[in-house]
Amino acid sequence: MNIIIVGCGKVGHKLAEKLSQEKEHNITVIDLKYNVVQDLINEYDIMGVCGSCSDIDTLNDAGIENADLLIAATGADELNLLTCFMAKKTGGCQTIARVRNPEYAKWLNVFKEDLGLAMIINPEDTAAREIARILRFPSVIKIDTFAKGRVEILKFKVAPESPVADIKIADMSNKFGGEVLVCGVERGENAYIPNGDFIIKSGDFVSIVCSPEESVEFFKKISVKTNRVKDTIIVGGGATAYYLAKRLIATGIRVKIIEQNPMRCDKLCEMLPSASIINADGTENRVLLEEGLSKAESFVALTNIDEENVLLSLFAKTKMTGKIVTKVNRIAYDEVLDGLDLDTVIYPKNITADYILRFVRAKHNSMGSNIETMHLILDGKAEALEFRVQENSPIANVPLEQLKLKDNTRIACINRGGKIITPHGKDTIEPKDTVIVVTTHRGSKDISDILI
Amino acid sequence: MNYKVILNTLGWVLIVEAAALVLPLICALAFSEPYVLTFVICILICGILGMLLTLPKTKDKTMFSKEGFTIVALSWIVMSIFGALPFVISGAIPNFIDAVFETVSGFTTTGASILQDVEALPKCMLFWRSFTHFIGGMGVLVFLVAILPLSGGNNLYLIKAESPGPSVSKLVPKVRTTAKILYIMYTILTLIEAVLLYAGGLDIFSSLTLSFGTAGTGGFGVLNSGISGYSPYIQNVITVFMILFGVDFSIYYLILLGKIRSVFRSEEVRAYLGIVFFAIVLVTVNIRPLYNTISETVRYSAFQVAALITTTGYSTADFDVWPEFSKTLLVTLMFVGACAGSTGGGIKVSRIMIFVKSIFKEIKIASHPKSTHKVTMNGRPVEHTVIRAVNVYMAAYIVIYVISILIISLDGMDYTTNFTAVVATLNNIGPGLAKVGPTQNFSLFSAFSKIILTFDMLAGRLEIFPMLVLFSPSAWRK
Repeated sequence: MNIIIVGCGKVGHKLAEKLSQEKEHNITVIDLKYNVVQDLINEYDIMGVCGSCSDIDTLNDAGIENADLLIAATGADELNLLTCFMAKKTGGCQTIARVRNPEYAKWLNVFKEDLGLAMIINPEDTAAREIARILRFPSVIKIDTFAKGRVEILKFKVAPESPVADIKIADMSNKFGGEVLVCGVERGENAYIPNGDFIIKSGDFVSIVCSPEESVEFFKKISVKTNRVKDTIIVGGGATAYYLAKRLIATGIRVKIIEQNPMRCDKLCEMLPSASIINADGTENRVLLEEGLSKAESFVALTNIDEENVLLSLFAKTKMTGKIVTKVNRIAYDEVLDGLDLDTVIYPKNITADYILRFVRAKHNSMGSNIETMHLILDGKAEALEFRVQENSPIANVPLEQLKLKDNTRIACINRGGKIITPHGKDTIEPKDTVIVVTTHRGSKDISDILI
Repeated sequence: MNYKVILNTLGWVLIVEAAALVLPLICALAFSEPYVLTFVICILICGILGMLLTLPKTKDKTMFSKEGFTIVALSWIVMSIFGALPFVISGAIPNFIDAVFETVSGFTTTGASILQDVEALPKCMLFWRSFTHFIGGMGVLVFLVAILPLSGGNNLYLIKAESPGPSVSKLVPKVRTTAKILYIMYTILTLIEAVLLYAGGLDIFSSLTLSFGTAGTGGFGVLNSGISGYSPYIQNVITVFMILFGVDFSIYYLILLGKIRSVFRSEEVRAYLGIVFFAIVLVTVNIRPLYNTISETVRYSAFQVAALITTTGYSTADFDVWPEFSKTLLVTLMFVGACAGSTGGGIKVSRIMIFVKSIFKEIKIASHPKSTHKVTMNGRPVEHTVIRAVNVYMAAYIVIYVISILIISLDGMDYTTNFTAVVATLNNIGPGLAKVGPTQNFSLFSAFSKIILTFDMLAGRLEIFPMLVLFSPSAWRK
């Protein structure tokens, strides 16, 4: 696919990185700043055009007439929308715009329809959705859903005293019952797609595949709290905080937002009547303690400064036992942060890039293959893909134990018309099933790609 | 510095060279010359050494700017040393320094020779000599990038260090596809020329060797008389193709895509063709009294202008006996060189344009200190970093130029000879004036001067900085 990325900020950068790793895409980036473009083309195998994206000549230089997809990710919503409109009119390509102003949010569908956009993405709202999902299920670090919500991949950390520690994966279903499949383990810097002999150790990050009901059962059995939080303290009242508070209030969670700027507090007060808005410096520990940090069930650090968020979360960790979520904008230091044991860290730019990536995959697939959903798991080291199986597929109607899969590849789940089957050796995959596959091999396009 | 990736790439360069040596081997077989064994030995040396270097698997394939520069500079040195082996082993050029000079002259598409009698060389050696032009014209690392699945986007550093011009850009988003497109266009254009020369009555051997010499804008011929012994038709075909190979290759890609309008938008190509046209007119007027007919005069002047501005360095006439104005004009053209992104050498038309435009900009600013001006190319402002790079390039060029002249003047040759010898090697042209004129050669120089001139040829082909980075301690420090 020929893809043009407009705006090389953090999202554009991440997209260029991820998309250029997939061999079948030809990427061109556009940015106003010469240095930014130069850095990107030196780093990745892509082409760069320096210029304004509202200038049709720039779009032509980037090859708009042959493009299949344009992603507008500049800092300005209006520019993104208009660039997409221009691209659609001249090149007839699919377009994705990043639109973050909450005031436009109510009109997004009209934009989408009348400007012919394939997708509108709001990074703050997407991040808020992710945080809200985690606060509803505080014992896990990451949740990815498949099969229209019927199957989830949940990632959690194995505590030292956990009953899962030092247990062979093959013995797990005997011990805890239920149909839970371990599809991935991260230990230190390594990621494994384990077989039955693998022994889980404390400190591992384990990803499991199961239906939402079973996951609750499973976590009860391994004595991890599963109930959602009742209240939360948010430090920093930006757009993400607004979207998050709105979502949480709608599900009945009490929200307290600590924001420094009095004007912003007034505005938040108007927009979120049922939240309690505190006008104070959230980075002062006295303020936090006064607002009941030690008794809160969750804490979300959403200021605009990464370092502040990290420090706040580390402080909160010493004072409370509940769920802690930290927002970090800068992606490059994620490995350092992993070592800090910060509970859940949210990278909004990463999430945005992942959403777009998923869309691109799906788009590309509609040009020839059959992926329904795709998530990056195990810290981006592996992919979980949901395939729809065709009539003539080589894997259909063959018992799983006879399939010769590539190494580090596992069939994690079969969805037969809404019925979730945890696969065993004697099971077969039938046409029209959707199958969730976990693999470290990148860029699978068809279910047959997982065979040797 | 990532030594492993450097050695690994050098290994691949040697393997490619071994593959390239198969062609002269075939040539030796075809003419049943007694040098089959020579080439087999060379192929085995390059091949085995290359294999050994590529054997160790490197996990860390990251390549940054300094690795890119170092690989390119080292590759060209290694390639030249091993490329000289056939001449030494066969005894065609027994002196090792002479053989390296000849090979560097080939790979850098200079065409300067130390041979007194070209025709005395066996055909397979002549073929290898000309074929080095073809390899060096587009660059061996561009070829490597095209055929090898080297990792990541960092390969751009290799192409950047090897390709001429102030700012190197890709034709398509993928560096590998870009390299492939370049090589395909290059090969096809070369073959078209060979076919046209064959149609003009040359044998296959001469058509191929002359086409290689034109394609790389090199200048090695196979006759002592250069190109003057061939028919006017052959000379005209070569003239046209020399001019074509001096054009930025991305222009041909645009033509292939049918974007004719953007071809005419290229200021550099317009300026290049303009310079060629006016130079031909001026030289024609100046040398008119020397020849009988107008058409003959135009043919000689067009050939020589094309040969020198594209830095090919073929000759149909001894321009050393032309009037002083023509000689001076031709030497000036040697400095200008061809378009960036072509196979030609020299300073490059686009650099000269940026240079001249910044001079005008400074003049305007001198008279109106508060006014703002931007240097533009093709209607786009030129980034400051590009202008800076152009200025620094000119400075480095002049420094190397002056030092080289100083050193080779120790041999006691006259000033014109020294001056044009450095012009001819640093700009990858071939012949100069006086004792290194079109009918002369470089054999008069001492071994030390030959080494200096060899360095000049490499520095000129790689646009100076890769060679300087190679010798700078800061690149090698951990």
